[in-house]
Amino acid sequence: MKRESINVRKVLLNESEMSKIIDRMVYEMIEHLSMLKNVAIVGIRTRGVTLAERLIKKIEEKENVKLATGTIDIALYRDDFCKNLSSPQTGPSVLNFDPEEYHIILVDDVMYTGRTVRAAIEAIMDYGRPKSIKFVSLIDRGLRELPIHPDIVGKVIETSPEDKVAVFFKETDGEDKVVLG
Amino acid sequence: MKHLLGIENLNKDQIMNILETAVSFAEINQRQIKKVPTLKGKTIINFFAEPSTRTRTSFEVAEKRLSADTYNIAVSGSAIQKGETLADTALNLQAMGPDAMVIRHSVSGTPQLLTEIMDCSIINAGDGFHEHPTQALLDAYTIWQRKGGFEGLKVALLGDIYHSRVARSNIYLLNKMGAHVSISGPGTMLPKEVEKMGVTVEKLPKYAVQDADIVMMLRVQNERASNLLYPDVREYSRYFMLTPELLKLAKKDALVMHPGPANRGVEIDDVVMDGEQSVILEQVSNGVNVRMAVLYLLLGGSDK
Amino acid sequence: MKLVIKNGTVVNPLVGKTEKTSIVIENGKVTEITANPDTKDAEVFNAEGMFVAPGFIDIHVHFRDPGFEYKEDIFSGLEAAAAGGFTSVCTMPNTKPAADNVETIRYMYERAAKGNGVKLYPIAAATKGLKGESLAPIGELAEGGAIAISDDGRPIQNTDLLKRVMEYASTFDMMYVSHSEDLYLSETAQMNEGYYSTVYGMTGNPVVGEASQIARDCMMAEYLKLPIHIAHVSAALSVDVIKFFKERGAKITAETAPHYITLTDEALGGFDTNTKINPPLRSEADRLAVIKALKEGIIDAIATDHAPHHQREKEVEFNNAPSGIVGLETALPLVLKLYHDKELTIERIVELFTAGYKIMGLNGGKIEVGAPADITVFDPDYQWTVDKNMFKSKSRNTPFHGFHVKGAVTATIVDGKIVYSRDF
Repeated sequence: MKRESINVRKVLLNESEMSKIIDRMVYEMIEHLSMLKNVAIVGIRTRGVTLAERLIKKIEEKENVKLATGTIDIALYRDDFCKNLSSPQTGPSVLNFDPEEYHIILVDDVMYTGRTVRAAIEAIMDYGRPKSIKFVSLIDRGLRELPIHPDIVGKVIETSPEDKVAVFFKETDGEDKVVLG
Repeated sequence: MKHLLGIENLNKDQIMNILETAVSFAEINQRQIKKVPTLKGKTIINFFAEPSTRTRTSFEVAEKRLSADTYNIAVSGSAIQKGETLADTALNLQAMGPDAMVIRHSVSGTPQLLTEIMDCSIINAGDGFHEHPTQALLDAYTIWQRKGGFEGLKVALLGDIYHSRVARSNIYLLNKMGAHVSISGPGTMLPKEVEKMGVTVEKLPKYAVQDADIVMMLRVQNERASNLLYPDVREYSRYFMLTPELLKLAKKDALVMHPGPANRGVEIDDVVMDGEQSVILEQVSNGVNVRMAVLYLLLGGSDK
Repeated sequence: MKLVIKNGTVVNPLVGKTEKTSIVIENGKVTEITANPDTKDAEVFNAEGMFVAPGFIDIHVHFRDPGFEYKEDIFSGLEAAAAGGFTSVCTMPNTKPAADNVETIRYMYERAAKGNGVKLYPIAAATKGLKGESLAPIGELAEGGAIAISDDGRPIQNTDLLKRVMEYASTFDMMYVSHSEDLYLSETAQMNEGYYSTVYGMTGNPVVGEASQIARDCMMAEYLKLPIHIAHVSAALSVDVIKFFKERGAKITAETAPHYITLTDEALGGFDTNTKINPPLRSEADRLAVIKALKEGIIDAIATDHAPHHQREKEVEFNNAPSGIVGLETALPLVLKLYHDKELTIERIVELFTAGYKIMGLNGGKIEVGAPADITVFDPDYQWTVDKNMFKSKSRNTPFHGFHVKGAVTATIVDGKIVYSRDF
């Protein structure tokens, strides 16, 4: 997905800070996994997928396990798609496992109003009824519009609606950082 | 855009918007769960006053994949047979509050008539010999996906142009997108002054097919023979059928297209129909993508 | 009761005069034509700035009565005629029962006598039931007051039958009015064949169908040395054929309708069934040729082919709609456009609206002392917008609704009585 340009006012996390936070998240997730059988990590397109892949890689290396994975595209599940006049940018939605048998961990880069997660939950429900769904987000910028909260968060930031928060990943953007614009 | 009545009044940008939107829906149709809640709660009536299994099914699949509620009405079951006028039938349907009506009718101009009677969006699924916009759009999508664009392409359109709404819609669309259309068929099937639509009229198919990038065959209706359009199937297939020999005159990578259903051995040879250059089945699957895009753009958007 | 039509411009082409003067009417007749009328004890109609013409006649209307009174009946038809400035009309026989029997002819006269005074002259059927198979009782029909014969709505496709009809009718001095159409060519057609039928995706009816049958009909008339009147000429080719036969001395007269000089086949683009007419609207070249024919005298008269149809019959799919439009109440302004565009003189226009008397062998068409006071007064410059909901006709099937036009009837007078005057 093309990233819209952002006028950077402040760097919230630099590369090393971001790396440390992601490592801490990995540990929290491993704690979680140890309590459950059959866990799948599902990234929300598009940036959630990048983050999920990184998390999965680290977890698999540390624990020497193979995790079930998937990606969820919510383009046409959004409750605000009506205002989007141009053609929806969709991508593949694939769950490489049977959701009925799994506990799913949804992953996204930034949590904001909560509507993206709601849409992702609905999209997953179309595949089946998972045993549970938990949500992991790198950044929580507040301003919730729905009663949904992440189970594991990298960093909480207070923002106002005019602010823009952007996460850059080495894999896709060439560098790791989180900025406020 | 509230209605889709024809290609005649669409501009290049609107056409490209539909095609680009269709790409998103092609993606949906590759997923395990080929369904999105986009049109949940919307009611769509498929009013097919002319029999058609494939177009109606294509629309139905598109509608259901968008989670809309669909209702099919075929004329034999409708009150029109009982003498109720189309206007009264339409008003009765209107009273049930549909968001859109997909209409196919044997009389040209009927979808236009309905836009004056009904409040919902009207989508023309084929009216008389006038237009069949979603067919032209899915043909365009197929060409776009395969050839990357339209500019400068030579398209040979062969068969009963006179009675073909597919031909008219395609001629408008291909001209708008910068392709060039050459038509051919028996003299009885070439409409008067059709060159004024911006096509080259060729007396024999071989001239139209020469160096073509696309060869589009039109269905010959068997019942037409009795309407004095051609002597018999034997003669039609002898002079106007797309055979491997005729196809050889086109470019090596030319696409063979057909809106379906095809009459094997009449307008198209088995070998060509099942051959490598045929994209006929792709057209069918693209039909669902394109129709989803059209429904999304007409019903999913607001305040356009 | 004395009526004075004061200070209008009296256009009297058959008398050869156009002059600003006044007309005095008493006991239903014109008693004086003078610039200084005595207006004592008289009703005065101020015709300043208006034209005063002999009452117009429309020799081709369909009043649907008996049988289809929901579309129009004789009373509403005569009201529509008066509103259009017509003091006489000739009705076509495709009623139910068809006017192929003398009882129906008598019925029409009796009913018209109870109307507003506009004069109705029935044209009777040429063949029984208008089926084009056998002769109608033309002698009895003539005796009953029919003024001509026609199968209008339909042609007589069988040439031998046409010959018999004309030969037999000549015994009774009854002229045949021909609806010239080739039914094979027009069978499934919805409009004129040409570029627009190609684009709109409808089967077309080529001009050859009309012109070839006009040629046949004119040839037969010439061969039999009988007069024939060609109805609703719509095409250039038809005009050429009529010209050919007129130049040879054949007794051909012809009419066209206001819609053929106003609209073309392009107008069918909205699939409005109010543009579906038979013969159909033709190309621009045809429209111009018809106008030229009016100028040169190849076409002799304007006749509206007023064909009312109920709204519910027209609000259907194009192919299912009946052909025809109403025309009485829009005829004058549409034809006056040719006057405003300086294509025709006002004398020629009045001629076109009054030529029908001579064609049908009726008295009329002149304002002269002693003649019945059938007079049409109109203002050529009055601008108005056509509103079909204000029509006196029962039907609303017109393509001209909303048209801004110039020229309106201000008074229609029959036998000295004002049967219509405009509320401004």
